[in-house]
Amino acid sequence: MAPKTHPPLKQMNILGIDTSCDDTSAAVVADGELVLSSIVHSQIKHHHPYGGVVPELASREHIRNIVPVVDRALSKANVKIKDLDGIAVTVGPGLVGALLVGLSYAKSLAYVHQVPMIGVNHLEGHILSIFLEDNPPDFPFVALTVSGGHTSVYHVKGYGDYVQLGQTLDDAAGEAFDKVAKILGLGYPGGVPIENLARSGEKDKISFPRAYMSRDSLDFSFSGLKTAVSLYVKKWRQEENVDVEVADIAASFQEAVIEVLTNKLMTAGEKMGIHSIVIAGGVACNQALRDKVRACALEKKMGFHYPRPAYCTDNGAMIAVAGYHRLRMGERAGLSIDVRSKFPIQDLASMTPREQ
Amino acid sequence: MKERCVTYDTASDQETIRLGQELGKALTEGDVIALVGELGSGKTCFTKGLALGLGVSPDTIITSPSFSLINEYEGRHTLFHLDVYRLESLSDFLSAGLEEYFYQDGVVVMEWADRWPEILPEWKLEVGFVIIDHSLRKITLSGNHYRAVEILKDLEVKLWR
Repeated sequence: MAPKTHPPLKQMNILGIDTSCDDTSAAVVADGELVLSSIVHSQIKHHHPYGGVVPELASREHIRNIVPVVDRALSKANVKIKDLDGIAVTVGPGLVGALLVGLSYAKSLAYVHQVPMIGVNHLEGHILSIFLEDNPPDFPFVALTVSGGHTSVYHVKGYGDYVQLGQTLDDAAGEAFDKVAKILGLGYPGGVPIENLARSGEKDKISFPRAYMSRDSLDFSFSGLKTAVSLYVKKWRQEENVDVEVADIAASFQEAVIEVLTNKLMTAGEKMGIHSIVIAGGVACNQALRDKVRACALEKKMGFHYPRPAYCTDNGAMIAVAGYHRLRMGERAGLSIDVRSKFPIQDLASMTPREQ
Repeated sequence: MKERCVTYDTASDQETIRLGQELGKALTEGDVIALVGELGSGKTCFTKGLALGLGVSPDTIITSPSFSLINEYEGRHTLFHLDVYRLESLSDFLSAGLEEYFYQDGVVVMEWADRWPEILPEWKLEVGFVIIDHSLRKITLSGNHYRAVEILKDLEVKLWR
């Protein structure tokens, strides 16, 4: 291997903690890109792989999990707390009770071991999760963060420099997947069962509505689609001998979501004149969405990037990435920092340009 | 107190929003609005109107709280928009701390409120949504506590004008 040209700098190890919603997660990331460990404790995955609504949203579940999850992240990374260069913790948006567990634990660790701490916006974590992968895009790029709770498009100009171009006006795309899965009698969360079922269905069988709003709008709406599927299924169940399988409904619904997401993302990309497209968040695991965005990006000669599934869903590693860049710029959080149930990305303090 | 009940038909999202807005204008701190109706029947849409009536800025986007469980908006009074759709049990509701919102300074609107009716305070105003067809909805407002009846009378007078 060729020797590196620049002198070796000391590796910066950041512990990232996220308890903003259902999962308790912690990770140790070196230099904002190399994942030394990433631990996610999710009750859904452990006990209900095929269904059953048991979201681990209770604060007491986070309380039970936070210490062992952080311990495992540290031991797997072979890093001691006192050797950490920083602790990054999600302060919002999310459930206050859940967020408080992660923040309080981060504060106590930071105070006892005298480690710098930083509060991180969960959405910034998703946007920057792409930097956990090899060959991340150059700035600027356009990113779609799409999950059960969010559907937004951002113009990402640099670390800390984001402009929201559009967002959902009602339901998030992942929420539409969950609700349609319930209508069709599939499990929760709904993303994976719908995707699997859709593989054997015809995506053009039923023409569900696509909400594009005005021509220039980069906002989304999935509430009408959910209602249309619900009404269709009711009628479909009453009729007999209909030449439509449940897989066709799943495929046609999925196609309606994917088409709108992809078209708006491409419009945003062209409008901003960027060369790279990023998708992140839980719904970004959907293979059909990836295939469609990849094909469109290729056609428009744009690069296409997405994190692996483990970094698409909520995780501590992406929080460590965001925290790393903020700490590098000299930002620090005091012990008086509080959680923020609402935390729009435009409220984020921008970071000064990255030194090269 | 005797239950008071009033039904309105709305023919579009805009009409549902307008009804919500009129109700929102009549609300004050401590009021609890319990929304009941199937998926896609207009609960979140109605809440967009409630927010407007409560003086939340029209630029504020009211999104579904199904995933986040609670969204908060600042207006003439704070609006707490709760949704228990993805909760499995009453203990989930309690351990997520959602009950506390009934006793905070603000107006609570809760979706899927028929899940555990016993948790709702007695002064709640219930709003039921029935899908008639693609765009038509039958919306029934009811309550039997004096505060709920007071709101309904206020609303009937306003909508009659």
